[in-house]
Amino acid sequence: MSAAASLSVFAVELAYWQQTAIKLVVVAIVIPTAALILGYVFLLKMMSFMQSRLGPMEAGPHGSLQLLADGLKFLQKEDVFPRRADRAVFALAPAVVLISTFLLYVVLPMGPDAVVSGLDAGLFFALAVASLSVIGVLMAGWGSANKYALMGGMRAAGQLIAYELPLVLAVMGVVIQAGTLDLNKIVVAQATGELFGWGGIGFPFILTQFVGFAIFLVAVQAELTQPPFDMPVAESELVGGYQVEYTGFRFLFFFMAEFGTAFAFAGIASVLFLGGWYVPGFDVDSNWLNLVGPIVMFVKIMAVSALIFWFRFTFPRLREDQLQKFAWKVLIPLSLLNIVMTGIFKVFV
Amino acid sequence: MGVTARTMLRTLFPDGLTKPPSPTRGAHTVQYPHVKEEPVTRARGVIGLHHDNCTVCMLCARECPDWCIYIEGHKELAPPRRPGGKPRQRNKIDRFDIDYALCMYCGICVEVCPFDALFWSPEFEYSEPRIADLLHDADRLADWMDTVPEFEGYEAGSTQKKRAVPQ
Amino acid sequence: MTFTEREQQAYVDAASADARVNVELETEGMTLNIGPQHPATHGTLRIVARLDGEQVVAAEPVMGYMHRGYEKLAEVRTYPQVTTLINRIDWLGSFANEVPFILAAERLMDIEAPPRAQWIRTALFELSRIANISLFLGDMGVQLGALTPVFFAFRDREFVLNQIEAVTGGRFHPNFDRIGGLKDDLPAGWIAETKSVMAKMRGFCDELEDLLMGNEIFEARTRGVGVIPDHVAASFGLSGANLRAAGVDWDMRRDNPCGLAYESLDWKVWTHPDGDSFARYWVRLQETREATYMVEQLLDGLPSGPIMAKVPRIIKVPAGEAYVATENPLGVMGYYVVSKGELAPFRVKIRSASFSNISVVPWVLRGVYVPDVITILASLYFILGDIDR
Repeated sequence: MSAAASLSVFAVELAYWQQTAIKLVVVAIVIPTAALILGYVFLLKMMSFMQSRLGPMEAGPHGSLQLLADGLKFLQKEDVFPRRADRAVFALAPAVVLISTFLLYVVLPMGPDAVVSGLDAGLFFALAVASLSVIGVLMAGWGSANKYALMGGMRAAGQLIAYELPLVLAVMGVVIQAGTLDLNKIVVAQATGELFGWGGIGFPFILTQFVGFAIFLVAVQAELTQPPFDMPVAESELVGGYQVEYTGFRFLFFFMAEFGTAFAFAGIASVLFLGGWYVPGFDVDSNWLNLVGPIVMFVKIMAVSALIFWFRFTFPRLREDQLQKFAWKVLIPLSLLNIVMTGIFKVFV
Repeated sequence: MGVTARTMLRTLFPDGLTKPPSPTRGAHTVQYPHVKEEPVTRARGVIGLHHDNCTVCMLCARECPDWCIYIEGHKELAPPRRPGGKPRQRNKIDRFDIDYALCMYCGICVEVCPFDALFWSPEFEYSEPRIADLLHDADRLADWMDTVPEFEGYEAGSTQKKRAVPQ
Repeated sequence: MTFTEREQQAYVDAASADARVNVELETEGMTLNIGPQHPATHGTLRIVARLDGEQVVAAEPVMGYMHRGYEKLAEVRTYPQVTTLINRIDWLGSFANEVPFILAAERLMDIEAPPRAQWIRTALFELSRIANISLFLGDMGVQLGALTPVFFAFRDREFVLNQIEAVTGGRFHPNFDRIGGLKDDLPAGWIAETKSVMAKMRGFCDELEDLLMGNEIFEARTRGVGVIPDHVAASFGLSGANLRAAGVDWDMRRDNPCGLAYESLDWKVWTHPDGDSFARYWVRLQETREATYMVEQLLDGLPSGPIMAKVPRIIKVPAGEAYVATENPLGVMGYYVVSKGELAPFRVKIRSASFSNISVVPWVLRGVYVPDVITILASLYFILGDIDR
């Protein structure tokens, strides 16, 4: 279960340091690329079309290089620190947020062997590192020495903690059904499952876990601080919340982390609920899935992200207290109920 | 969510779902430097000056709410209409400047002109990197006359007379 | 509880909240400056809010950052020149600003515009109402975090502005109203086109009803938020949709239609009993739709004839005083014109709607959460030029 095996389709064997280097490079490339693709396809283009406009059209064909140009602009900007800011904390915060995104990609499987590190408790690891970003956001809010940023940071902390719970509980149903925390084994469980005795397309867990899927998507929306749960940034109230004092490449870090995390969470959602990299007709252990799998995953990730961003462009945002109420009074009881139902299903069916 | 999805489809496929997508026509925006929006006939874009009609009466300069028209003139003798007659006295423009950095585009000058010397043109592309260049002199204003469109007709029931632009 | 008692009670509450914060939790309350540069203030309104956590203990609007002194400027301009100035007061519904001033001047001169001019005036008045309020309908969404409605608003408002431009020549600053009538008549083909635009605007209203008002989150954010009961609304001098959303059935168009053709139309004044942000949004949406029907009726029944009464070439308004108020998009707007029989008015006092409407802000913002501050400010719908003049 390593890159060595994943590359065996090309019949190459690599040393450990070579594998590590390749993994590092791949992850380092994947995150900005993912952020660029999501940003361009959804933020720039889908949103524009939903609003009867075209979006950027000048940089590259149909504006496809616009985000690269933006990134270049951010890199050129002066690195500004507010005078009263806690410099170390202020400077470190975007990096902390970005690292949490990096770590998410460690366990995201793109094929039976195409995974940076297939941990046995991969799902647990993913959810754990995802909540690391809270620390970065709090640091940003506190370090900026700005009232709006502080309020944004506090809101973000409250919100991310409140939505960590439904996120975990929502995936419990999948874990109960699959009987494992390993993301790859969850895919295998879906691939080898049978739909009323017919194994043609396997058994994507969304069929039984659609409640879990819905809760997961809502909680992801809140984790990403996107509308309707974007109170920590809330540009019309807090003028950007914890990001208010950031410019240049530090702001770029936040931007990349947001979209990189969106990509990763869409990936986890497609692994958990939509059957992951598995393509009906292939053998589950087939090496070809290492090549076809990433493409299938990419399509599924784009579908899930389209849903996430569609919410984003349509809904107004909730108020902070309404959001907490929604988490504790609706989502958590619902996901607990979902777990109970899954348990009954597992035992009796 | 239905509304946003419908709008997206309408933008992407202005001719219906079976035709190829064409967002450039589906969108309501105009890609400005490449495509120019056609302003309406009455649009107040820039003022054109018809030199022959101006008698340097200064009415426009006086009525301007922020006094952005600068006029200087002198009297000169023109040849008589009929041979043997007395030479006519005529006012000649030395200077007729409109400062578009000050202009509020109210149209009072065009309206008060008793001799039909000022006209609105819908042209709008005359921004300048230097603010001083926004002061258009008499020649520049005369050039704008070429872009003045014909007056349009009136809706039924109107008793207004249609005016004509001097050529 | 009478109003003063409530005021005192609120003061005691605020003081005790401060004490609670300072003594029991041993932390200080926070004073937050919302504005003058803040996306929720549509310009440069500053609101000094004293916070206890995320709760507003006291809030005070500070205005004047955009004061341009129109009342004083009007004293050194002739009557025809004043109209170009005053249509910059409420820059979104600018034609509506000119009408009350012209009506006041006409009353002083004892002139009445011919019927055709009055009908076209009313039609343009309602068009500027649609252009103004349609932007509010989208902007409310953006204040609540929904990105899309405002683009719909800009898209569809453009059609209305094009129609206004086709008649007046100016998208934002028409300067079309004259003492004794109008500057020009309607261009050919305008009526048919405007009717199709009105159908589009009704489609826009339906779309927003679906996209925003039918949305549970929007309802959760606006229902019961910023409730202004009818007696408070009346005592603070609120007007327009803010007052009608509090259940007060008062509309200058119906109750005092001077010089405009509202009496010959078949229309309805919309009110809502709740007085909260949702009611204000609802009333404005209904008014926009009602206005589209009114414009259609006006264009159908347009009388023929001249558009200008007999007016001297140099306008000197006889000495006297006149006050005329009309129901502008934002509320009641009035001009008190004092003339000494000269070319320029001696004194012009402008009663603008937004200035009175935001006077309720300290009352209504007490005890709400910070996000609700934005909801309430957005739903009160002020325009900075209309506050500061």
